[in-house]
Amino acid sequence: MMADSGSNEEVAVIGNTDITSTESESNIINTMVERETALLRKMEINVAEAEKRTGKNTVNMQETYTVYLIEIRPAETVPGVGAPAAPDTLWRRYSDFELLRTFLLVTYPYIIIPPLPEKRAEFQWHKLSADNLDPDFVERRRVGLENFLLRVASHPVLSNDKIFFFFLTEEKGWREAVLETGFQDKADSRLKSLSAMFRVKNPDKRFTAMKQYSDELNTVISQLLRVRARVADRLYGVYKVHGNYGRVFSEWSAIEKEMGDGLQSAGHHMDTYAASIDDILEEEEHYADQLKEYLFYTDAVRSVCKKHDLIQYELEMAAQDLVSKKQQREELATGTVRVFSLKGMTSKLFGTESQEQRESRLAALEQSIQEGEEALKEKNTECQEFVQMAWEDIERFKEQKDKDLREALISYAIMQISMCKKGIQVWSNAKECFNKM
Amino acid sequence: MVVQQRLLVVFTLRAAWKVQQHWAEVRLWRVSLFWLEISLKLHSLCGVFLGVSVNSSEFPSVFPPAACRLSACCWTEMSALFPAHLDLEEEEDLEVFSKKTSLTDGGPNSPSSMMNQYRLEAEEEEEEKEEKELFVTVDHPESHVTAIETFITYRVLTKTTRSDFDCSEFEVRRRYQDFLWLRSRLEENHPTLIVHPLPEKFVMKGMVERFNEDFIETRRRALQRFLSKISEHPLLSCSPHLKIFLTTQDLQSHKKQAPGFLTRVGETVRAVAHSVRGVRSRPEEFTLMQEYVEQFSSKISSVDKVTQRIIREQREYVDEMKQYSPPYSQWGGMEEALQLPLQEVAGCVQRCSTETQLQLQHLSTVLLPALHEYMLCADTLKAVMRRRDNIQAEYEARREAMEKRGDQEGEEVQALQEKVEVCNSSLQVDWSRWRSSMRTDLKTALLSTAESNLQHYEKCLAVWETFLLSQREEGSEQKEEEAP
Repeated sequence: MMADSGSNEEVAVIGNTDITSTESESNIINTMVERETALLRKMEINVAEAEKRTGKNTVNMQETYTVYLIEIRPAETVPGVGAPAAPDTLWRRYSDFELLRTFLLVTYPYIIIPPLPEKRAEFQWHKLSADNLDPDFVERRRVGLENFLLRVASHPVLSNDKIFFFFLTEEKGWREAVLETGFQDKADSRLKSLSAMFRVKNPDKRFTAMKQYSDELNTVISQLLRVRARVADRLYGVYKVHGNYGRVFSEWSAIEKEMGDGLQSAGHHMDTYAASIDDILEEEEHYADQLKEYLFYTDAVRSVCKKHDLIQYELEMAAQDLVSKKQQREELATGTVRVFSLKGMTSKLFGTESQEQRESRLAALEQSIQEGEEALKEKNTECQEFVQMAWEDIERFKEQKDKDLREALISYAIMQISMCKKGIQVWSNAKECFNKM
Repeated sequence: MVVQQRLLVVFTLRAAWKVQQHWAEVRLWRVSLFWLEISLKLHSLCGVFLGVSVNSSEFPSVFPPAACRLSACCWTEMSALFPAHLDLEEEEDLEVFSKKTSLTDGGPNSPSSMMNQYRLEAEEEEEEKEEKELFVTVDHPESHVTAIETFITYRVLTKTTRSDFDCSEFEVRRRYQDFLWLRSRLEENHPTLIVHPLPEKFVMKGMVERFNEDFIETRRRALQRFLSKISEHPLLSCSPHLKIFLTTQDLQSHKKQAPGFLTRVGETVRAVAHSVRGVRSRPEEFTLMQEYVEQFSSKISSVDKVTQRIIREQREYVDEMKQYSPPYSQWGGMEEALQLPLQEVAGCVQRCSTETQLQLQHLSTVLLPALHEYMLCADTLKAVMRRRDNIQAEYEARREAMEKRGDQEGEEVQALQEKVEVCNSSLQVDWSRWRSSMRTDLKTALLSTAESNLQHYEKCLAVWETFLLSQREEGSEQKEEEAP
């Protein structure tokens, strides 16, 4: 299954420390593309642009929203030959993506569905605004949406979904098509899945462990993101205050003779230093986004585990139902009342029923038992299939997570190195200027 | 006495000064090295002008009056010290600067050859500057508790090669008040010299406790700097008060010999009166000096403020950094394949946090104190300028009063005039010395800060590069595992 192109291996290897973080990011995207699903063999997917639109919403009020341009290009078979074909494009807004994802969640409950980028900005440090129309936020969301599409497109199961295909190719009529599938009816009520979670008796231990892991992961990544935002905030403060040196040294240099030149040029370097933090922290946001993706993934993992609980619970209910019906049959057949039942009570109080009534009841019960056994068998199969498919996807997910997060940590290290190199440059220059004083 | 002979005496004195055995004799002349320097510099200046003037037809206008007057000042000082049989008349000096002189011959006593000799000796002196005659350290703070108060004393250790000190090593204990006493004595006796400031009494601003370790250490360093500066100063290092401070075990009895309270009040009243009256014609160089001091004071204060803000921000950053490493560790504990990279990242973050702490410390202990010191210097300079103005104002007041009375130039007024000239010239020299010293000190502090920041980034760079390297190795190991 590994691509033979050889340029990017499954494990993105860092050839030198000068690789930039954007290069490292594209390494991750490349590893996704490398998985070569049928879909990706056919097409290249981009979320190219974002645009503001205004229109009437469902309650007939004016609103401003952002749409994203999806570009599909046929995958190049022979690179570099001929002009690249013009892409097919269509516009989608965030709520369309949400609808798609909900559809996938319901239709493939045993798959860990990739998460969407956040709807509203969270874990911000003070400089970034929480405004959804802020250009930086929109840009990062664009990247996140492209990421989402690529994740789905590179998934062995999800990439074959027709609705997904239409999402990429049919601008009009897609929403109707989705709703027509009637997927909403298949969605489990929250109450049902909640009660299942508490009442299931014998869940598969692996799923229990996985659920616990995903809860813990959620907690630890949240904490990490919060602290990181605070650290970024403080670092911003330190760098920006150095900018004041620029102004003050310049003023001081005006009154000095021999020291003037050295001070003035040192001041310029301080200005450079203060300005450099903006780019540095902008890059770090990409790292935060990578962590956030996996934070949101934990919700998807949790969903799969909950679905397992539900199915297992239904299986247990079906088995229990069958057992109680068989008991009833036994009681009816032998006339013994083993377990307290209303029927037993009423027959004691009001007299037993006639032989005919008993036989017709027995027959109905037999029918019911047979149906129950069918249902149980079905449920069992369903459960086994679910467990198998879900666990397969969980293994795939674990591998993906390990690789992606290792890449993320490496790109973080690269960012830190770049920041250190800039710092070394500035202070070497400042040192030279001070020397000339 | 002819100029050449006087110059010879000066050179001889200067040469004698360098040899330890002759110090006692030289000091008999009650001449300090400082004055020898000034007079020699002036005479080299005079020599140059002489050389120029002889060959130019515009002689009188070429020779600056100021150099003449300063020279006259110096000679007045020195002439009082020369033994009586040496016949000295100022008019003779002025004759030198006329064309009739035979000093242009270029003989061994001509100004030009003497000037060359001086230049040679000046070069020699540069090399010897490294040797310090007086070396003072301040350390070993100790706390003392009495019924009335608690205070800190510091050990003041002196090592010296000067012959006017009885021994070569002295050890005494001094408290802050004693330093205050020394400084006020020095300022009194040398009103227009720039006496290095002491650290402030008590910093309310950071709510720093008086007996807090950091505060004591910062103060100790500043006290040491103060004594170093004084002992390096050509004039102040010869002060008897300094000697007492460094050598006497019981300082308290000496302190009681201060000038009377009333005398000081009288001086203050006169000073205020003169400052109200103002100075009539302040020489331009002092006006420029004043302007510079005002601006310097505000600029250095700004730099100090910015530095304080940086320290505050950096402290908060370090605090947050400390919280940043544990989540990575914790996460690593939950993972399998990711455990190692996460633990390593936790380690990297921790190490960087430690380095940042060190950088912060450097700022607080090197740059900030240096800036603060020069903020205090600015205040000292302002005070010196005020005192100089007062001296000039007093002289002007007396002279005016005399002129009103129609008296001839009395001795008192003349003495005041000379005092003004001496103060001005000593301030001039000390001023350029201070400027040069300020430049060196602040340059050193800034260089040191830049170096510390540089090293901080280099260490952090190494930390992260090590991590990358280890990941690269892991990556290539994995590749080998996956290879068919």
